[in-house]
Amino acid sequence: MTSIRLLGRWVINSVLRLGRATMFLTATLVGVFWILRRFQLILQQVFAVGVLTVLIIAVSGLFVGMVLGLQGYNTLVDFGAESSLGLVVALSLTRELGPVLTALLFAGRAGSALTAEIGLMKATSQLAGMEMMAVDPIERVMAPRFLAGFIAMPLLAAMFTAIGVLGGYLIGVGMLSVDSGVYWTSMQEGVDVYDDILNGVIKSVVFGFVVTWIAVFEGYDAAPTSEGVSRATTRTVVIASLAVLGLDFILTSLMFSEI
Amino acid sequence: MSQVDKSQDSLIQIRDVGFSFGDHKIYDHLDMTIPRGKVTAIMGPSGCGKSTLLNFIGGRLKPDTGDIRVNDVSVPSLNRRDLYALRKQMGMMFQSSALLTDLNVFENIAFPIYEHTELPDELVKNLVLSKLQMVGLRGARHLMPAELSGGMTRRVALARAIALDPMLVMYDEPFTGLDPISLGVIVKLIREVNDALQMTSVVVTHDVAEGCSIADYVYLLGQGRVIGQGTPEEMSGTKSPEVRQFMGGLPDGPVAYHYPARDYKEDLFQDWPDD
Ligand SMILES: Nc1ncnc2c1ncn2[C@@H]1O[C@H](COP(=O)(O)OP(=O)(O)OP(=O)(O)O)[C@@H](O)[C@H]1O
Ligand SMILES: [Mg+2]
Repeated sequence: MTSIRLLGRWVINSVLRLGRATMFLTATLVGVFWILRRFQLILQQVFAVGVLTVLIIAVSGLFVGMVLGLQGYNTLVDFGAESSLGLVVALSLTRELGPVLTALLFAGRAGSALTAEIGLMKATSQLAGMEMMAVDPIERVMAPRFLAGFIAMPLLAAMFTAIGVLGGYLIGVGMLSVDSGVYWTSMQEGVDVYDDILNGVIKSVVFGFVVTWIAVFEGYDAAPTSEGVSRATTRTVVIASLAVLGLDFILTSLMFSEI
Repeated sequence: MSQVDKSQDSLIQIRDVGFSFGDHKIYDHLDMTIPRGKVTAIMGPSGCGKSTLLNFIGGRLKPDTGDIRVNDVSVPSLNRRDLYALRKQMGMMFQSSALLTDLNVFENIAFPIYEHTELPDELVKNLVLSKLQMVGLRGARHLMPAELSGGMTRRVALARAIALDPMLVMYDEPFTGLDPISLGVIVKLIREVNDALQMTSVVVTHDVAEGCSIADYVYLLGQGRVIGQGTPEEMSGTKSPEVRQFMGGLPDGPVAYHYPARDYKEDLFQDWPDD
């Protein structure tokens, strides 16, 4: 009996949260429209979000590319197809690993930081203080951060992919026996601008939207205590990661299934 | 008891306000009138709803029943735009100071000015420096909020609250946790600011001595309503047992010290129903 009641409460709470999150998103998007006039604020946030994440993205991209180079080579060489290594690395990165891994790292690094920052501003009544100074925190604090995440995420994914391709090159050409020209030509011939690159970009844009939305909302909705902020931060990472993986499946099946 | 002249010289009228947080009743038929141009202290035990009352006046909370009028407009029925316009004429010093932690002292005070005016930088600088001079912190303008002591934080918060020269300044517990010197400074500042800039000040506090030393008029809250009002002299000379209990700092009396609870004996000797 109590478990049914608990389930019911959980469902009701989830639906309520989703409703609040949607209302919050609407208000934020209106705020984005107003804040566009103050470009400086957005640049500051893009910088903050970017600086937080660039290093971890670059290092991860390099390692993932190197692993792809190794694994790809080992598999391809059995079929005498090691000349396609460049293509395999590039396709895995543009279609999947670039957007998805970047989004996961972005959620863990920048997303959690956004939630914690906003949650702390709430807990120390900075947001209430702004409201009393007739400054709308959604417009002044949430909108620039939301827009910044939305802008930064595709750029970071592109960077991850580019560095990953270089990592694959380092291993395939530098250590193993793939020819440098072959590595690049196979990529040039096999990667399609629309099917592969554009679809990858669409993914990273969608992930950027969702991850930043979750991060900013969780901060705004956090209970105004230290415990509330820490829970919100954890929730950002968990929910955003799950959302990215789930959405990736949906987007992939929409984009790459031959119907 | 002398009543404040209700018609002309009042800035805030609180009429028949009722409010509860869930089942916990905070206010019941609360009536209050805050005179214009004066310092009014609102005193009452911790948790009686003083901060809540300031949130009503600032429009961050709406009462369940009744009306709150500030400068002849009804705050609960304002739309967002008019509410924000009204708030530009209000300054508020929060119980927890609420300074923006990523801005330094100067930028914190400049924040409302930059947000609401198009003044050139030079003028903003002069305005901010004049406020900082008033609170004696012109030399601390480069410090970050984390580098300030509690007393300095209050003074910065005060300077920010008056940055736009509002008609009303609300102070939520401005005296707690201050050493005697900082406390004296804040008391003096509130008075000076009120008189020099011709504002109306509302000071919320549970500190009887400071509240009485600063205020022109005192309201005492308890049990969700006003249990006493008057000038500080009238309050200390009163016969009302409730007022005397609070003014004299007696632990028990008509004003309950306990949060509403069921019978103590019952609580001790019976199983807890899962509430
Ligand atoms: N968000 C909230 N949800 C539920 N109850 C609340 C909330 N905020 C305050 N309360 C309750 O309302 C009552 C009044 O709170 P308020 O902060 O106005 O008190 P206060 O008079 O300012 O106290 P203090 O002097 O300690 O600051 C308290 O009993 C508190 O438990
Ligand atoms: Mg309070």
